[in-house]
Amino acid sequence: MNSAAIASHENYLSSGWNWGSWLTTLDHKRIGILYTVTITLLFGIGGAAAAMIRLDLLTPHSQLVSIETYNKLFTMHGVIMVWFFLIPSIPATLGNFLVPMMVGARDLAFPRLNLASWYLFVGGGLFTIYALLAGGVDTGWTFYAPYSTTFSSSHVFAAATGVFIAGFSSILTGLNFVVTIHEMRAPGMTWFRLPLFIWSMYATSLILVLATPVLAMTLMLMAIERTFGIGVFDPALGGDPLLFQHLFWFYSHPAVYIMVVPAMGVASEIVTCFCRNPVFGYRFMAYAILAIAAFGFLVWGHHMFVSGQSAYAGTVFSLLTFLVSVPSAIKVFNWTATLYKGHVSFQAPMLYALGFVGLFTIGGLTGLFLASLGLDVQLHDTYFVVAHFHYVMVGGAVMAFFGGIHFWWPKITGRMYPEGWARFTAILTFIGFNLTFFPQFILGYLGMPRRYPEYPPEFQVWNVLSSAGASLLAFGYVLPLIYLLWSLRYGARAPANPWNAKGLEWETASPPPTENFHTTPVVTEEAYAYSRAESPHG
Amino acid sequence: MANGDASVAAQFDDAEQQRTASNLGIWIFLATEILFFGVLFAAYAITRVRFPEAFAAGSRLTNLPLAGTNTAVLVTSSLTMALGVHAARRGARRALVGWLGLTVALGCAFLAIKAVEYRFDYLEHLVPSLDFRYAGPQADQVELFFYLYFFITGVHALHVLIGIGCLATIAVMASRNAFSAAYFTPVDVTGLYWHLVDVIWLFVFPILYLISRS
Repeated sequence: MNSAAIASHENYLSSGWNWGSWLTTLDHKRIGILYTVTITLLFGIGGAAAAMIRLDLLTPHSQLVSIETYNKLFTMHGVIMVWFFLIPSIPATLGNFLVPMMVGARDLAFPRLNLASWYLFVGGGLFTIYALLAGGVDTGWTFYAPYSTTFSSSHVFAAATGVFIAGFSSILTGLNFVVTIHEMRAPGMTWFRLPLFIWSMYATSLILVLATPVLAMTLMLMAIERTFGIGVFDPALGGDPLLFQHLFWFYSHPAVYIMVVPAMGVASEIVTCFCRNPVFGYRFMAYAILAIAAFGFLVWGHHMFVSGQSAYAGTVFSLLTFLVSVPSAIKVFNWTATLYKGHVSFQAPMLYALGFVGLFTIGGLTGLFLASLGLDVQLHDTYFVVAHFHYVMVGGAVMAFFGGIHFWWPKITGRMYPEGWARFTAILTFIGFNLTFFPQFILGYLGMPRRYPEYPPEFQVWNVLSSAGASLLAFGYVLPLIYLLWSLRYGARAPANPWNAKGLEWETASPPPTENFHTTPVVTEEAYAYSRAESPHG
Repeated sequence: MANGDASVAAQFDDAEQQRTASNLGIWIFLATEILFFGVLFAAYAITRVRFPEAFAAGSRLTNLPLAGTNTAVLVTSSLTMALGVHAARRGARRALVGWLGLTVALGCAFLAIKAVEYRFDYLEHLVPSLDFRYAGPQADQVELFFYLYFFITGVHALHVLIGIGCLATIAVMASRNAFSAAYFTPVDVTGLYWHLVDVIWLFVFPILYLISRS
């Protein structure tokens, strides 16, 4: 044995490094990395579309692109960001990497299904990119009938096929996680010792499994209707367009929780680690996650308050929507209470996590405005809605995604990221985000409708502010790409547990060996048994 | 490898963990299938509530003798499947291969009868969009019924086809002695899928063929 082999321990990255070893890998950690690379590319495409939109909106008249192109830009932005970035973002990358390690298993229950899910995802992505290159789609990400089924002359079929295929990757990932969490926990890892990230993955997986099939079949009905000119959605053919909206939102509202529940899990892990306090009200946090997932299935009608659904249905959906805020508020209060009297330190992951808590709170509270029947008539389809869901999905989910990437980067790669740059970027992202989206609340309140490339001149100042913020935000997303890639080669070598964090993933080497643990761990303590004596610096 | 047993995958501690994981996995998958078909049942329900007479008229044009025969064929195939799982549990290899082969044959018979039925539908000009002729009132709505008829039975037939492929695969595996009384999870899991496809047909059959047959 030569000295080089001893110097760096055998790990999942060192065991074979060629195309074949990556593209046929059954290792959940490598599949997580395959997903990370894939969604980063797709995020780039979706982000470029957003940049074009914000550039075009600098002036009241659409000077950069034609109106048709504008429609295609916001559609591709929505389709790619929702299905090819946000839905898989945390579950398929960090979830894939962490779920088996956090429960103390060697891999997910079905490694081949896991690899298949990545190939399905890539296949779906290619269809969607084809739709983009062939000329784009202009229906909006919601594919509302009868526009999608009958009138649009763009590449609806290819885009819907892409989303349909990617849906199966969601289903397989969810199925794999549920089975793994149920069946493969290490000795002593009881349900109420599970990290909250695992609880969030469990709740997310249930939504993935139970909601995605509905979207898949609905898109199939839509695509067949488009192809054969007969179907159940277009009123001219005897169909019912509200049926499409009901089916679409039956998936797409829970899908919002697919995006934000994992973010809550990430925030819980980070907040508790960087304030050295156990999570306040652990059981309530676990129950709240499940409650959010369950209530999430019963509120889809709040997207249809002005679509002609009955007033009774609207009232019930409004009430149920208000109920979702209860478990969401429990989570925000408990994160805050976790910080209380904590030994708080502000490393980059913590900055992202605190940003998440603040922005998610604004996103959640403005959701209550929209859940109010009367107010929604004014605010529906305005920039208020756009700002609201970007606060939840970008301010919430994407901030937490970046926080999680930084937090577990040492574990995933075996290298430390540059802390100073990362803190700077976290703060830049927070400022850029607020500058981009807060003006949109005001624009929406003033009555600017979404999806229009032109607006009255008095709205220009808010749009310029928003576009300026978007350019800061772009830096906030490009910088980590640069310094994280830099750290792969030049970063300091990471110890097994750089944050002095609790959790099984920190008990194995960085990067972990292929089988995660050399011997199956035995869990003897509750989750988050932090004490203030140990600092996160290690 | 943490375990010495060749039939236990590396990520599992023992055969029991692998068995319960596979069982939970297939039950979750069956739940997704129910939601998948649930969309079609919802679309059917909404449309039928709006056009009850047209749906009754359309239903009377479907081929009840063939569909009735098919129902019997599929239910029988569920019986042979259950007997196959029973044989697997006893470790009776030849009986297992026999029952699986019979189940595949019945599945193929179902598809063959369905194909004949589609041909009759075509000859009677009942194919929406391509060749649909109907002289009575509410012709467009009757066409909508046949659209759902073809869609639902088509998606179901696709599931039967996939089931036949899985059953044929495990029949070959069984003939090569891949299973024993201690390990027959693939048989069990495929059996559950096959039963679900059967159960879905038991809902599809009355709502398409038996609306108004008195």
